[in-house]
Order: sequence, then C-alpha cells, then structure tokens
Amino acid sequence: MARPFFEFGPGQNAAMTSAVSILPGAQLAVLNAAYRAAVARKRLRLALAAAAFLAALVVAALGAEVNLRTLFTYFGNFISYFDRILTLEDGTRVWSNPTEWFWGWRKWLWMLAETILISYVGTMIGAVLAFALNFFAAQNTSPAPWLRFVIRRLLEFARTVPGIVFALIFVIAFGLGPMAGVLAIAIHSTGALGKLFSEIVENADMKPVEGVRSTGASWLSCMRFAVLPQVAAGYASYALLRFEINVREASVMGFVGAGGIGQELVVAIRKFYYSDVSAILVTIIVTVFIIDIATGWLRGRLFGGDARA
Amino acid sequence: MSQLSKPDREQLRAKYPDVFDRPAASRLATPAMIVAAFAVFIFGLVDLDFSPAKLFAGLNQLGWITLMMIPPDPGASLPAYLSALGETLSIALLGTTIAAVVALPFSLLAARNVIPSGWLRFPVRRAFDSIRGVDTLIWALVWINVVGLGPFAGVLAIALSDFGAFGKLFSEAIEAADRKQVEGIRASGGNALHEIRFGLMPQVLPVIAGQVLYFIESNTRSATIIGIVGAGGIGLQLAEQIRVLEWQKVSFLILMILVAVAAIDWISGKLRFAIIGQRAVA
Repeated sequence: MARPFFEFGPGQNAAMTSAVSILPGAQLAVLNAAYRAAVARKRLRLALAAAAFLAALVVAALGAEVNLRTLFTYFGNFISYFDRILTLEDGTRVWSNPTEWFWGWRKWLWMLAETILISYVGTMIGAVLAFALNFFAAQNTSPAPWLRFVIRRLLEFARTVPGIVFALIFVIAFGLGPMAGVLAIAIHSTGALGKLFSEIVENADMKPVEGVRSTGASWLSCMRFAVLPQVAAGYASYALLRFEINVREASVMGFVGAGGIGQELVVAIRKFYYSDVSAILVTIIVTVFIIDIATGWLRGRLFGGDARA
Repeated sequence: MSQLSKPDREQLRAKYPDVFDRPAASRLATPAMIVAAFAVFIFGLVDLDFSPAKLFAGLNQLGWITLMMIPPDPGASLPAYLSALGETLSIALLGTTIAAVVALPFSLLAARNVIPSGWLRFPVRRAFDSIRGVDTLIWALVWINVVGLGPFAGVLAIALSDFGAFGKLFSEAIEAADRKQVEGIRASGGNALHEIRFGLMPQVLPVIAGQVLYFIESNTRSATIIGIVGAGGIGLQLAEQIRVLEWQKVSFLILMILVAVAAIDWISGKLRFAIIGQRAVA
C-alpha cells in the first residue's frame, strides 16, 4: 500500500511544528493522487519483471534437472566431501601431519612452475599480437574502415570462444603437452587484450597525432611517437592483469591434456585421492594469492595508484 | 623566431640535472626490465618444448582441421544440440541467481560499513578470495564427485564460484554506498535491520542488479565449457564431437555458442541499460 509522506489535513497542524507549511486540501489531494499513481506504476512494473524472472527460473530449473528436495541431501554430501579431502589415509586431519599431506610437493611445485610459465608465455604472445592488431581496431587510428571491421570481428571471435575449447582443438593439432595450452591462452588473450588496448587508444588525446602528422610523418610514425607514449602504461597494466587471470586459466588446461598442474588435479579428483585434492587445491589457491598480490604491487609501483583500474 | 636566443646548454644542464644526468640505475631500469621479461619468455619457450618443426607441423594440421570444418553442419543431431544449448542457458541463469541470493547476506558481513570489526569481516573476505582463486572447472569436477554427472553439478559449480565473486563485488558496492542515508534512518529511530533495508539497499540494489546481469552474460560462456568435464550443457556435446573428430559438427557447435553469447550480450545490455541507465553500464 502506497502511503504518501505528507498525508495530513490542516487539522493535524497543531501537533506538528509550525515550521512545516501545509498545502490546501484540494491541492494536496492532487499531489497525493499523482504520487500514488507513480508508485503503483513502478510497483506494477517491478512485479511484472519479477514474475517474468521467476518464470524463466522455473523453466531453467526444469531444463537443468534441478531438484530442490535433493539439493539439501547433496549439500550434506558437499560438506562431507570437504571433510574427506581434509582427512589423511590414517584417519587424522591433514594439518596434523603436513609432510604426509604434501608428500608430492616436489612434483607439484614443478608442475605449478610449468603452469605459471604457460600463462606467462601465453600472455606475452597474446600481448604482442594484441599490440600489433589494436591500432587497426581502434576507431581513431585505423587506416581503413573495412580493415577495422575485419580485425574487430577476429578479436571478438578469439575472445568469445573459451580458451579451453581452443585447447581441446590444439591438443589434437599440436599433440598433448604445454604447447597447446600456451597457444590456447595466447589466442584468448589476444582477443581480450586487443579489445582493451584499442579502447585505451580510442581514449587517447589526438592532438599529438595531429602534431606529428603535420610534420609529414607516416601512419607508423604517428602511432610510434604520438599514440604509443600515451598508452604504453595502460597496456602494461592490462597485460599484468591478464597474466593474473591466465594463471587461473592455465591451472585447468591440464584437464584436457594441455599441460600444467590441472593434469595432477584431475587425476587426484577422479581417482578419489582425497588428501591430494586438498593439497593441490591449497597450492593453487596460495599461488593465485601470491600472484595477485605481486602483480597488484607491481602495477602500483609502475604506474601509480590511478592505473590500478 | 630569429629573436629566440640559442639555448645555453651548460646553463640548462645546471638548471635541470634530473633531465640531463639521470643516474644509471634509472636510465637502465626500463631496458633491463624488458630484457628480463624477454629472457623469461625465451626460457619458457625452451622449457615448454616449443620447436619450429613442431609448430609448423601443428599449424599444418590446424589448417587441415579448419578446412574440414567447412561447411558447418549439425548432421541429424540439431535437436539434441538445441536442447543442450537450452541446458547451458539454464545452468547460467540458475547458477548466477543462486549465487546472488546466497551471496547478498554474506556480502553484508564483509562490508566495512556494516560490520566494523575485523574479526568477522576478515575470515569472510578470505573465504570469498579462496573460492574465487579456484577455477569454475575445478569446482565442477568437485561437484560431479558429490552429485554425479549432469547439469545439476554445473549449476552448483557456477553458483559456488560466483558466490566468491559476488561476495567481493557486493561488499564493495555496499562500502561505496553513501553513509548519510543510513544516518538519516538511524536518526529517525530505525534499528540495524531498518538501516540496511531502507538506508543501504535502495542505493546498492541497482548496482547489484547490473552486476548480476553482467554475470549471467559471462556465465553463459563459463557454462559452455563446464560440460567438457561432464557437467552438462553444450560443452559436453562439443568435447565429444572434438574427440571423435567430427569437425563439421564442431564448427556448427562453436557457431551456435557464438550466436547464443551474442544474443545474451545484447539482451542483458538492454536490460542493464533499463535498470541503471547509461552512466553505470560499464
């Protein structure tokens, strides 16, 4: 029910402080009616939107075979799964015996290093390709509209197809191993970074470009001496951010045979080596934390506080 | 122009020593960093078994695969693919909604302006970070172990990994909310629940709605891939067709995914625009 704020007649005036002036009744009635109508319309729209959303949810629940009654039993299983992965084979908690828990740390650290290297090399290749393409994709620097259209669609394709799909296909083309993972990450990063890079270029100040152009410089010189100095810091910042994301992505490349620690993890999960699962998960989480903090610190160091976004 | 006196080099040098005589360390910092980055890159190429022969053989193979993908053709399994796509969209929608509903109360616990004491806030935040640090695919594998193969595992995997992301984003939105409205509620005699309901939520909900819509969009992408490990949806079909080398079907499935993602992008862009207006669409 919509109750207007100032719905009181002149008779109640005495109870209020005299500073509040009250409109005449007729005028007030009109305002109140308008207020009620506005609130009612807003509520009707909200109710309609909520109903449509609920209907979509019900359809989705049927489609995804969700059963609310079993959800609770399943949730119990989920909790007990964590109980199991935090228990060693002799029945004690994992943290009571760290050497037993991390029995394979030498191998896991090695695979973790490979994971980080995969994402590093993939990010580098992706950043270089994105750098080469982004000036053609940006509205203000592209030499020809058709070229811009083609490059933009290419970048869109590269970032919409998930990295792991590329990895699945590359594993068949390049064989099992980290190379497929690197190339998959490189292509996906090219698409994502190409878009971000070209947006930075579109925000760049065009006056230096005009200045360089007025001296008779070529398109290449314009990019090198007028645009690049403005955008280089932003590029590096985004590339670092991408590296951070790619570490996470590289940790699952092993699921399809494309190298990294995912291989170990998928074996541990599928074969129910419970304490190994928790040990590898902890290693991955800690590594991701460290890399997040390190790249955050590096970006802050290199580009000051304002380039963090 | 001729009146401009010739610059006195010595005088300038004395006036701006920072420009003319930068210490070696600061002059060499950028090139050294580039060289170091490049060295690690080369080491990575060597360590990860990159060789030109392997690269060209692979590219050759990839060329053949691409040729075999044309023209995209679903064969007789178009209805199965369409229902798999519907399943994928359902997974994305349900997973995101569950995550948002569960994350909202927890995000209050992680917001500095709601819970000033660090005792509760700190562990809640670290829990969000840990959940986010693990990829959706890993959560999908874990849930498959718990609830078995199928789309339900996918819904739960997306819900869990989004729970971590939403917890962080929502609590940041709440911290960015204006303090004055909450104080107004308190001044008029509202209790803590009133402050949250009437002071914080009206400011925060549009931002949250925009973020949820954006996540439904990006989860359409995630939901396409969790099928690869067996958690339902179109990814399952895609992985199967890749394994049996049915390249025409693969390219058709990839096209389907692209079209679906573009359609969802468009719809959610419109909706976000309607909910929060142009300035906050970013």
